[in-house]
Amino acid sequence: MLVIEDLQVELAGKLILKHIDMEIQPGETHILFGPNGSGKTSLLMTIMGFPQYKVVAGRIYFKGVDITNMPTHERASMGIGMSFQRPPTLRGLKVRQLIKICAGGREDIDVEGMAKAVNFEDFLDRDVNDGFSGGEIKRSELLQLMAQNPDLLLFDEPESGVDLENMELVGKTIARLLGQDFQVKVKGDKPIRQQKRERRKMGLVITHTGHILDYVTASKGQVLYDGVLSCVENPREILKCIANIGYEECVRCILGNNTRN
Amino acid sequence: MHIREQYKKLALKAKDKNATIGEDVDLDQYEKEAPPPKPLSHEELCALPAIERELLAMAGIDVTEDGRSGTFFQKDVGVVHCNVKQEGIEVIPLRIALEKYDWIWDYYWKLVSVDTDKYTAAAELELHDGYVIRALPGAKSIYPIQACMFMEKDNLQQNVHNIVIAEEGSELHIITGCATAHTTKRGVHIGISEFFVKKNAKLSFTMIHNWAEEMHIRPRSAALVEEGGLFLSNYICMKPVKSLQMYPVTHLIGPDAVARFYSILVGTPGSTYDVGGQVFLNHPGNRAEIVSRAISNGGHIIARGHLIGKSPDIKAHLECRGLILNGGIIHAIPELEGHVDGVEMSHEAAVGKIAQEEIFYLMARGLTEDEATSTIVRGFLNVDIPGLPPQLKAEIDKAVEESDKDVM
Repeated sequence: MLVIEDLQVELAGKLILKHIDMEIQPGETHILFGPNGSGKTSLLMTIMGFPQYKVVAGRIYFKGVDITNMPTHERASMGIGMSFQRPPTLRGLKVRQLIKICAGGREDIDVEGMAKAVNFEDFLDRDVNDGFSGGEIKRSELLQLMAQNPDLLLFDEPESGVDLENMELVGKTIARLLGQDFQVKVKGDKPIRQQKRERRKMGLVITHTGHILDYVTASKGQVLYDGVLSCVENPREILKCIANIGYEECVRCILGNNTRN
Repeated sequence: MHIREQYKKLALKAKDKNATIGEDVDLDQYEKEAPPPKPLSHEELCALPAIERELLAMAGIDVTEDGRSGTFFQKDVGVVHCNVKQEGIEVIPLRIALEKYDWIWDYYWKLVSVDTDKYTAAAELELHDGYVIRALPGAKSIYPIQACMFMEKDNLQQNVHNIVIAEEGSELHIITGCATAHTTKRGVHIGISEFFVKKNAKLSFTMIHNWAEEMHIRPRSAALVEEGGLFLSNYICMKPVKSLQMYPVTHLIGPDAVARFYSILVGTPGSTYDVGGQVFLNHPGNRAEIVSRAISNGGHIIARGHLIGKSPDIKAHLECRGLILNGGIIHAIPELEGHVDGVEMSHEAAVGKIAQEEIFYLMARGLTEDEATSTIVRGFLNVDIPGLPPQLKAEIDKAVEESDKDVM
């Protein structure tokens, strides 16, 4: 479980996240909406523990441990993984090597097999992200997460730059990473109901378009606006609302909340 | 008058001539003589003390000679071991070649001028030895030939002269290591190298340097590449040295001749490296590439490169990347010179630091900050070298890996 309590975060001296409360239960996936610059990526980066995002107040707990001041790599070993929207290029480091790094040095991982699942075999001997298109970056990120196999997955706009043809691949892979690809194909597979109950993977997905909702079942949607989290709702409802009347409405909602408080 | 006498005369005139670039070394301070080393058989070579074998291994020299087509091993002033296992490949100590073969005079001092500076002059006036490695027409070296220049005597000035010939249609791969004994701290190494790559021949030359803190290194080399030939030169120096200055000049003298230079340098405090080269592209279809990766840990690195396009339809590229990790200076001097219409020449040079963003990215994948930094540095030093046999690539990777601890 991820619990965020009254979190306030500064970036370069500016308060960018204000009193954030959030709770993601095992098996749940939440969708994060919000206009550009509202702090969505900052929230993900803060959960991942990037030091330039300075927590000035509040706590973050993961699996019952206070991780507020824990270094990034320890959070990764505890089972937090992130798909970056614009990851840096790592010259001289091959995708194949990075996948092994993601697997934490496990020798038994099937790099080729995993790459095949995201149609990425041809990129294994390329430098990480060097000259990758938007869609290739996403598939590279997914491949890394497959090797890492975290329990809490943070996705920063997994659909951006992905063409329609690849959207299905990206969507289904994310569903699988979140443990949502239920199957009762083989005799002896647990009933779907039980599989759902036993699902432990948690997700937090930033999206603008909502295309990901065609593949991933989300328990909740939330809107982040100017560093303030509001509107815990069905994600489809939020999407509809944003599409019809825009984020303006969210501002009013926040104002309304504030008045009530 | 025999040509050798003429060389001696020219050398005498140049014996006090300073080099155009690089710190001046007072050669009078160094001894020119050492007891001649005892020749060693293959078995004796394998029985060398572990500490020496390790030193050699770090310079890419495998005393077991497995996976090598031949070996040349010189210690101080003389040859310790010279052996060739493959037909069509010749490895001959230079002194023997000068005594026995007339053809050597078509190569000796033909590309490097004996009166270039006091270092070339010293190599003529007080020549210790060196090697001649030749691939006969059409011969292809199955495994690389290894050559080693080892310095044991302290305060010695080692003068060697090497000649490498890849005859028409041949393929030759050489790995050469230079190292000093653990006890050796001070000295000068002067190495003349002349490379001849004939029509449609391929020569790869990988040099790994492993010197000591108080050593001055002055290689003087030049190459000639004929029509359709390929000269691939790799240079790795990741260990401290007092000063190192070299500026090889390559002439592409036939259509479609290609030259590629890759160098990996790590500069430690107190070390000065002035490394770079010049390539003349004289014919259509000529290609040249100079790629360097430099890391400064407090040392001073000057990375030069000068490409001269004298014919249409040539392509040349210069890439110079520097990373300053713990102080020091990296000075990139890329030069492009196009003389006619239709040349295609480019360069990219960058000197900087490791991007924090890259470190955090890897930390998010589970690496500690130190592991992430060393992974990025190793990646930075990992240059893709097309056409290099896998064993040599492995030797380069090993050298980079070995030095990893020193870099951090």
